[in-house]
Amino acid sequence: MSDRTERPTADEPNATTGTTGPVEAAPSATGPAEEVVEITKSGRAGHPATGGGEPLLEVRDLAVEFRTREGVARAVNGVNYSVHAGETLAVLGESGSGKSVTAQAIMGILDTPPGRIAAGRVLFRGRDLLVAPEEERRRLRGERMSMIFQDALSSLNPVLSVGYQLGEMFRVHRGASRREARERAVDLMERVRIPAARERVNDYPHQFSGGMRQRIMIAMALALEPDLIIADEPTTALDVTVQAQVMELLAELQREFHMGLILITHDLGVVADVADRIAVMYAGRIVETAPVKELYAAPAHPYTKGLLESIPRLDHKGKELYAIKGLPPSLTALPTGCSFHPRCPMATERCTTERPPLHTVLDASEAPVEGRGSACHYWKETLHG
Amino acid sequence: MPDVPMKATPEAATLKATQPAVPVPVDERPDSGPAPGKPRSLWSDAWHDLRRKPSFLISAGLILLFLTIAAFPGLFTDASPRDGDLTQFYLQKPQLTHFFSPEWLGYDAQGRSIYARIIHGTRASIIIGLTVTAIVFVLGSLVGMLAGYFGGWVDTVLSRVVDTFMGIPFLLGAMVILVSFDVRGPMVISLALAVLGWTTIARVMRGSVIQVKQADYVQAARSLGAGTSRILLRHILPNAIAPVIVVAMIALGGYISAEATLSYLGIGLADPAVSWGGDINFGKDSIRVASHVLIFPSIMLSATILAFLMMGDAVRDALDPKLR
Amino acid sequence: MGRYVVRRLLQMIPVFIGATLLVFLMMYALPGDPVRALWGERSVDEAQIAAMKADLGLDLPLWQQYLNYLLGLFRGDFGTQIASGRPVIDVITSALPATLRLTALAFLITVVLGVGLGVIAGLRRGGKTDRAILFVTLLFISVPVFVIGYLYQVFFAHNLGWARPTVQDPTAWSQLLLPALVLASLSLAYVARLTRTSVAENKRADYMRTARAKGLTGRRAVSVHLMRNSLIPVVTFLGVDIGNLMAGAIVTEGIFNVNGIGSAVYRALSYREGATVVGIVTFMILVYLVVTLLVDLLYAVLDPRIRYA
Repeated sequence: MSDRTERPTADEPNATTGTTGPVEAAPSATGPAEEVVEITKSGRAGHPATGGGEPLLEVRDLAVEFRTREGVARAVNGVNYSVHAGETLAVLGESGSGKSVTAQAIMGILDTPPGRIAAGRVLFRGRDLLVAPEEERRRLRGERMSMIFQDALSSLNPVLSVGYQLGEMFRVHRGASRREARERAVDLMERVRIPAARERVNDYPHQFSGGMRQRIMIAMALALEPDLIIADEPTTALDVTVQAQVMELLAELQREFHMGLILITHDLGVVADVADRIAVMYAGRIVETAPVKELYAAPAHPYTKGLLESIPRLDHKGKELYAIKGLPPSLTALPTGCSFHPRCPMATERCTTERPPLHTVLDASEAPVEGRGSACHYWKETLHG
Repeated sequence: MPDVPMKATPEAATLKATQPAVPVPVDERPDSGPAPGKPRSLWSDAWHDLRRKPSFLISAGLILLFLTIAAFPGLFTDASPRDGDLTQFYLQKPQLTHFFSPEWLGYDAQGRSIYARIIHGTRASIIIGLTVTAIVFVLGSLVGMLAGYFGGWVDTVLSRVVDTFMGIPFLLGAMVILVSFDVRGPMVISLALAVLGWTTIARVMRGSVIQVKQADYVQAARSLGAGTSRILLRHILPNAIAPVIVVAMIALGGYISAEATLSYLGIGLADPAVSWGGDINFGKDSIRVASHVLIFPSIMLSATILAFLMMGDAVRDALDPKLR
Repeated sequence: MGRYVVRRLLQMIPVFIGATLLVFLMMYALPGDPVRALWGERSVDEAQIAAMKADLGLDLPLWQQYLNYLLGLFRGDFGTQIASGRPVIDVITSALPATLRLTALAFLITVVLGVGLGVIAGLRRGGKTDRAILFVTLLFISVPVFVIGYLYQVFFAHNLGWARPTVQDPTAWSQLLLPALVLASLSLAYVARLTRTSVAENKRADYMRTARAKGLTGRRAVSVHLMRNSLIPVVTFLGVDIGNLMAGAIVTEGIFNVNGIGSAVYRALSYREGATVVGIVTFMILVYLVVTLLVDLLYAVLDPRIRYA
């Protein structure tokens, strides 16, 4: 099956030489409002295929609703983000913040109904997937973009061998024979460093350990060397020691294949080492976006600040741990104005009525900081205060 | 050894022990309220669902009607179900506009009012259905709970006993028992059905208890030093009973059906007792000339079974958080 | 696996002994006297009865009678009819082919229609088709088999003339179709509902989301991933149902006048022919036990998570 229109850069021999990390970017296109940044334009330095900053994936004003018994739950309310080839974007947020729903909408695996994409565009190499026919989208899934799920045990089919499930990618998308598919499955398992791959190819998911199962999930997502991988909490279900190994493997493979990676997580610790940029989500919106180091050094949104302060730190030993007060809002009845205002220590009257756009964050010399935005009226106070 | 899947009814097989309902947000949980995992919220949730469910309301209405008919048949007809006038009414056709009159649903081959007969036949079916269910519920729950909770050799022995009774075909076994009796009243029939039917409940209860037993709140109760009987009665029983109740409701319809089948085969209730199954058997001889003799008792019988099945179905759906 | 089979076979022994003993007790320990019943209403010669009982071993204590019966079973001796002196195994083997054919056909109908309807309903849970299938299956469960039997007989045979009202030749599949439909109605309704629930539940499973994320076609996701998982509980039920179908034949065979096991056991019951009843029920218990074992083994093949120690 070769319906590929353009081969991703990952196939090019030198594609893997680049290193990760935010790089200088081409100037950005227009944002919705003048003072609002179009999130992130960081291209990959020296890489010809990024086309001078044309992103691999661009999500624009995406809104997703769910019909529930209690009314319409607005899970995603105008999300914007983009990923370039070879770049890792971490999407950070609590459960219910809409990060997984956004991912499912990108992949086209949202359950509709009850879900409904109310607005927005998902541009994959410039093509709007939301208006593409289902068959085209199906061919893209697995081939050009794939997804890694949190719970590998339930996400793998319990009654089919892992070899079958891995080989299925080649049989469905490449028309491979049963034997060929099995061979490729063994290759893949070796690639993600599963010991004794050939002996274990006919084993079933429950016979593997949690870490090994997640490696199989990764192998499955990587099978056809896609341009984009969305990893939805890939290490959350694993032991801490295994987490690091799996994360390392994922990062390494991403570099090797020069893929775009969207890493969905609620764990700030996971993000720091791997991601280039971070987008923080709250109640279905991006509240802050920034290159990873800058965000850690100086958050520009009270929510991000709260998240960072709630991480236990050795040098703060003995002090009471900070916790963001209250609970995430109900998606059927979002607060007016800024969704975070009921929990925000800095909230004022203005926050309850006026919804803050994603402001461009300026540095001390009033110059815009590349790729930084904060959806807070008081981002300045937060950043510098 | 594999945990043998429940084979009693397919309905039972899909219904797992109910999990304690969705966790209550911290700030809504009263400090001294009931421990999480108590069935209260589960049942009140289910009740909230059921009240607006048409199938539940219809079945509840029907069951109420049948219970009233069984208790006070005189309210519905004055005609005698036993006295027939052969010369005047032999197989007379129904007068469908003469509501609730003796001739409403026609007459049978002995000139007896079919309407009077189906009204008076209700009591036997309902009594047998309820009696069998009551016996089976108590006996099956007890055996299932002991086997599921204690495990080990208790489980091994009890499970073999259950297997033994399950090996005997239900209807055929009841026939073998009943054929020995010259007079077969509702109690004898109920006992025969119960002796062979309790295993279904026992299996469901066993599976349910095994599942609940591992729940955190049971472990917590045990680590707090609660005694066996307290754990069983206060923690396990209330949480494990839901699937058993559903299966029992559905089984009730099955027992009514079984009684009718026995009476139809001539091994259940016999004259002068009035029973739907017997009347259907009687009606089959004239099925081509006077189908109403068979049709109306069949409708009454099927409607009763349907009501209990629908009720069981509705309750199961309401109790099953997975299908919400 | 081998060890598991041996253990299961060993477990079956007490169950088999217990079940046959129960049936034996039901037949002989409860009031009623099969030998006396031979005379019916006629005057009875007590000496003759005693002689006959001694001849049949019926004067022995019950436990000894049972022991003799059990020992006979190991030699393939299911007992002897009191009235005719015919071995019960002969009665079984002459009646079995008709019942086997009827059961097989009913089983086929159950599998094809039951699973088919269940899958359709499960894939469209909550839709109109689903509701219709749910309602029809509920009717099939509510209306007792003997009522369905007569309704079909009147409608398909008498009114439409599509089939014969009774079976003349039990080797003709076409004549068995109508009774098989009747016999299958309850099972197929159960199977359809079970399949529906199972399919609907598995449809929401995480691995189905993965299947979509892999870019599988909808057809492949359903036929390979969904089916393999959804049918596991259905197969279990179907296996046990073979036994139910055979026992259910007692009603269906009566309505359609099929000379099978069901008719034989019904006749035997009416004449209080204990040996035949116990023999046939023993046979059915054996069928049930063997099928249960096979289903358990099949379960392991279908679900790799099950391990037999």
